[in-house]
Amino acid sequence: MTTTAPTALGAPSAPRAGRPVQRKRRPGRTILRSAPLLPAIVLLGVFLLGPVISSLYGSLTDSSLSGASASNAEFVGLENYTSLFADPDFPKSVLLTLVFLVASALIGQNVLGLGLAVLMQSSHKPVRVIVSTIVVTAWVLPEIVASFAAYAFFNDGGTLNTMLTGLGIPGVNWLYVFPMLCVILANIWRGTAFSMLVYTAALNDVPPEITEAAEVDGARGWQRFTLVTVPMIRRSISTNLMLTTLQTLSVFALIFVMTGGGPGTDSTTLPLLAYQEAFRFGELGFGTAIATILLLVGAVFGVLYIRALKPEVD
Amino acid sequence: MKQRYLGVVAVAAASALALSGCAGGDSGGDSNTLKVAYQKFGQFTQMDAHMKKVKEEFEKANDGMTVELVPIEAQEADYFAKLALMNRSPSTAPDVMYEDTFMVKTDVEAGYLAPLDDYIAEWEDWDQFPENARQAGAGDDGKIYGIPMGTDTRAIWYNQDVLSAAGVEVPWAPETWDDILATAEAVKAYDPEIIPFNIYSGKGQSEGASMQGFQMLLSGTDDELFDSEEQKWILGSQGFEDSLGFIEDIYQGGLGPTPQQALDKNIGTTINSEWIPGGTLAMSLDGSWASGTWIETGSAPWPEWSEVMQVAAMPTQEGQEPGRTSMSGGWTLAMGAGSENKDAAWDFISTALNQENSLSYDVAASQVAVRTDVAEDPEYTDANPTFGFFSELVADTHFRPANSDYSKISAEITVAMESVMTGQQTPEEAAATYDRAVIGIVGEENTMAASS
Repeated sequence: MTTTAPTALGAPSAPRAGRPVQRKRRPGRTILRSAPLLPAIVLLGVFLLGPVISSLYGSLTDSSLSGASASNAEFVGLENYTSLFADPDFPKSVLLTLVFLVASALIGQNVLGLGLAVLMQSSHKPVRVIVSTIVVTAWVLPEIVASFAAYAFFNDGGTLNTMLTGLGIPGVNWLYVFPMLCVILANIWRGTAFSMLVYTAALNDVPPEITEAAEVDGARGWQRFTLVTVPMIRRSISTNLMLTTLQTLSVFALIFVMTGGGPGTDSTTLPLLAYQEAFRFGELGFGTAIATILLLVGAVFGVLYIRALKPEVD
Repeated sequence: MKQRYLGVVAVAAASALALSGCAGGDSGGDSNTLKVAYQKFGQFTQMDAHMKKVKEEFEKANDGMTVELVPIEAQEADYFAKLALMNRSPSTAPDVMYEDTFMVKTDVEAGYLAPLDDYIAEWEDWDQFPENARQAGAGDDGKIYGIPMGTDTRAIWYNQDVLSAAGVEVPWAPETWDDILATAEAVKAYDPEIIPFNIYSGKGQSEGASMQGFQMLLSGTDDELFDSEEQKWILGSQGFEDSLGFIEDIYQGGLGPTPQQALDKNIGTTINSEWIPGGTLAMSLDGSWASGTWIETGSAPWPEWSEVMQVAAMPTQEGQEPGRTSMSGGWTLAMGAGSENKDAAWDFISTALNQENSLSYDVAASQVAVRTDVAEDPEYTDANPTFGFFSELVADTHFRPANSDYSKISAEITVAMESVMTGQQTPEEAAATYDRAVIGIVGEENTMAASS
């Protein structure tokens, strides 16, 4: 048993010898064998690649909702992008998006979700059932309902201020004074269940013998967690980070309902900026350029996760 | 075995693709159906009632024709976006649509609207429309694309009980902007619970903020938004900055609703159906149609309104001639360019806007009548004590720039208003941001510096 521990601790061990050397394959056979993948590739092409390309193209035109460019949009090259980068609202919006992403998804949902999953592993069954029901409720609610619930909570005359007044503490107009904090908390509340479920499943897959072995070797609770558990579930961590990042980048209804991107532009993340430009101001091409940037931000994070948390073969 | 499974999946996927392709091929109904799109939102239900009535009348008169009503339940800014999206695709484009006069020129350029000149030539009722009303529905090419349903003017509605209790002499007639601020201070001193003054502001109110709010101020200064002779947008004017300064005085000076209340998308409904009847708002800069909410057929009937609410004209900044100002707009019925049965669409429009129907709509929606035979009808003039006041304001009213870039520039005005009312920018900074945005929209060659 003790011999397993070093490998499990993530020490870079040499690739196992048992892996068969790749045989030379005839190219014709490879193509034939990948033929069943074709429908999936076609579907991906039509429903994923298609919109991406059309969004890229749209962002290079001056297409708009009304006016002369509505009927015949012209190709304007990178004009939308140059004016976007010159727009003082844009860097602020990118920053707000990153703050929202890091605070609500990477830190909030992930850490809280993992913490809850770990705590629930060692708790009694009734506690486990009650806690997971409460947490999952927010996840089960349709987005628009959850958004209104969060609005009703933080609103000036809402639940939070009513409770504070009951305790004799004067509340503030949360959505107006701390718009980002409110939407971040709301997104954590709504999204934690997802991370919790992913991590609960991952933790259940960690064989108890390994943790026990580490315990015998004298590893304390915290060490067991960082040196044994975390490395063993790092694949789930990377998948979960990726999924929560992409979900959070595209959050629109929550912010739209709670603050409408305001006051001013104080909670205008990229999706809200794109909506505002495309549908409020009618600049479809310009709005699409913002959406394309959003796509790139998502892609950058995706590549980072794959690189940084390269799942090892185990 | 595995391969066969995959084959089944592939076939299923391929047929799903084929099916989804079919769904897009539906061509928007047949020519015996007329699609009529209009707005229905909050307290504005009069158009819905009017369209239902006209539908019944039209279907009775035209056997075999069906009218499909498409009420778009959205506030103004979203209404424009949704209507434009409907117009973009032939399968959803309406035959008849409720169109704001300021959108007519842009939508004509976009190719959404059909010219009505051939029909008007044979329409006797057209004589009843005065020249300035006719121009409201004209495109840049001079053709007529929309038939006006009514027009409007704007002024200050005030609660005379609150004002006299606060020690202000009624009937109240402010002569400068400072008079308004002084009265607002008086109301605030009398009862801090009462909101002294409302002026629509911010992105959420879109055209309402730009027109009822900002342009009611700017039109009372020595400056303009647009030079109609040069066809250029005016930048860096003192009047622009002063108008933003007034917004700042109201919102940062605690004389209006809190900025958050004001940025609530539903504030228009809240004001006219809760705050004003409840006596918690003393003065409201709003349109002639506001009383439409309180009359018997309105969404929040308030029988005592005509005794409590009075109207005062909006003064100019320093009281300069003619001493008062107003803005006018109005809505039209327009025909979709892609309509497959244009004759029927015209029949619908002309039925909806004949003397009898215009009269009932103008009374119900508290519109300033455009048809001479409606404006002079005793049934109209007796219907509402404020109609006379608002019709008379037409003498000193202003119109929005007749330019197809207006709607985009109007949106930028609301951005400037919002950043000032929330204290994110000073009026000077916000005006500079606006100037940059306008140059971005129309290009430097279509702008000019203010002369003053």
